[in-house]
Amino acid sequence: MQKYSIFNLVKNAFSNHQNWDLAWKDPTPKEEYDVVIIGGGGHGLATAYYLAKEHNITKVAIIEKGWIGGGNVGRNTTIIRSNYMHDENGLFSEFGMDLWRKMSQDLNYNVMFSPRGIINLAHSDAQMNAYARRGNSMRLNGIDAVLLNREQVKEIIPMADFSDNVRFPIFGGLMQPSAGTARHDAVAWGYARQADSMGVDIIQNCEVIGFDVSAGKINGIRTSRGNIKAKKVGLCVAGSTNILAEKLNMTLPIETHLLQACVSEPIKPVLDNVVTFGAGHFYVSQSDKGEMVMGGDLDGYNSYAQRGNLPTLQHVLTEGIAMMPFLSKLKMLRTWGGIMDMSMDGSPIIDKTHIEGLYLNCGWCYGGFKATPASGWTFAHTIAQDRVHELNAGYSLNRFSTGHLIDEKGLGTKTWIS
Amino acid sequence: MLYINCPHCGMRSQNEFSYGGDASVKRPELNKEVSDQEWDNFVYNRKSLRGKHLELWQHISGCRQWIKIERDTATHEIFRTFKADEEVA
Repeated sequence: MQKYSIFNLVKNAFSNHQNWDLAWKDPTPKEEYDVVIIGGGGHGLATAYYLAKEHNITKVAIIEKGWIGGGNVGRNTTIIRSNYMHDENGLFSEFGMDLWRKMSQDLNYNVMFSPRGIINLAHSDAQMNAYARRGNSMRLNGIDAVLLNREQVKEIIPMADFSDNVRFPIFGGLMQPSAGTARHDAVAWGYARQADSMGVDIIQNCEVIGFDVSAGKINGIRTSRGNIKAKKVGLCVAGSTNILAEKLNMTLPIETHLLQACVSEPIKPVLDNVVTFGAGHFYVSQSDKGEMVMGGDLDGYNSYAQRGNLPTLQHVLTEGIAMMPFLSKLKMLRTWGGIMDMSMDGSPIIDKTHIEGLYLNCGWCYGGFKATPASGWTFAHTIAQDRVHELNAGYSLNRFSTGHLIDEKGLGTKTWIS
Repeated sequence: MLYINCPHCGMRSQNEFSYGGDASVKRPELNKEVSDQEWDNFVYNRKSLRGKHLELWQHISGCRQWIKIERDTATHEIFRTFKADEEVA
């Protein structure tokens, strides 16, 4: 594989950049693979990469219905964080933070990881107490957390509304300085390029139409481009999880919902961090191009539409304007929607299933992007070793039956509870 | 914007309604032994169909009644609406 470097950049400039190698190939599906990963999004591509890198399993195919990186990894708000209270989420995400920090070097691809810090605003004494508790839990797990008072927050984000007559005054906030953002497309492309170079077949425009299961064991999949035999199959399809589960006669604790995001017109640098509104669900950061990147609640009803409705957008941006009034002066540049695999406790599932050789990775709710490397790493481990790693042991499928829910916010699909 | 034909009030905008999830889910009968799997299916497991989906909504800013809606989850088209206790054929 051609290394991306300043020397190669200069060298290729002499031939007008016409002679770069393709970043990944376009192979036709082989008859059989050791592992087939369904879903060529961030998690699927990362899984294939870590299968090859950590477990030396390279007879792997990624089966993607559309094009790689065309789903949620291309539709998110690029936030990376590990500011969780529960051990399962905190340790898993912090392991991911470490992979994020090394990712550009590891993949030889600039993913533009920018640890700019995230601030969760608090709007009451009770919320400050809750944040102090969460911050302490984070620090016990080795995650950086700083509790900021009102004055400290004002110093960092003076453009927020600190006037006296607001409905939700800013009391302070909880900051994770090591959190940040990364370039989402680069993450997908970086993983794809490395996986491809290690022998993984990335098969696009190939829809899975069925599974070949006999005697409780998976033997392969049926696709729009023919049957493919596989010893092991990993499901990594986010909002389409229920569609594939139905073909396997499985009913999962997952509902597919619609989540919107939007960006404003680009403006000069104004916001250095990621900031979240504490009295609702709104978050904002500024992209390298200068756009304000904003998001918030689900639309609230089951949907596979990948496009949202205005009432939710209006609701979300009303919160944004309450937090930072200057946002009302900006023009909206783009809005878009993606379909989320919302689990019933708001935490993901990375586990084996009752079918031998079939593995499940789903339930990422609002937080799929930041989990990309850790999800791929642990899913690869689970598939390769046929047992869960301690990092994803809590993300079991049967925790709903046994009562071991990970209710970080106690939400999941039920946005009306918040 | 969804427009929902409330069987009690008529056509109203989505803003007046709150979503209540899959209406085909039935609470287990309590006059017999209920297995963990049955509770699981009632509380957590959902088919989350792509296409026609029968679901509960509440007209919270109107008559406050729970109603049932048959809606396409891929196109958002609403086909029919029912009162909560109406049998869906």
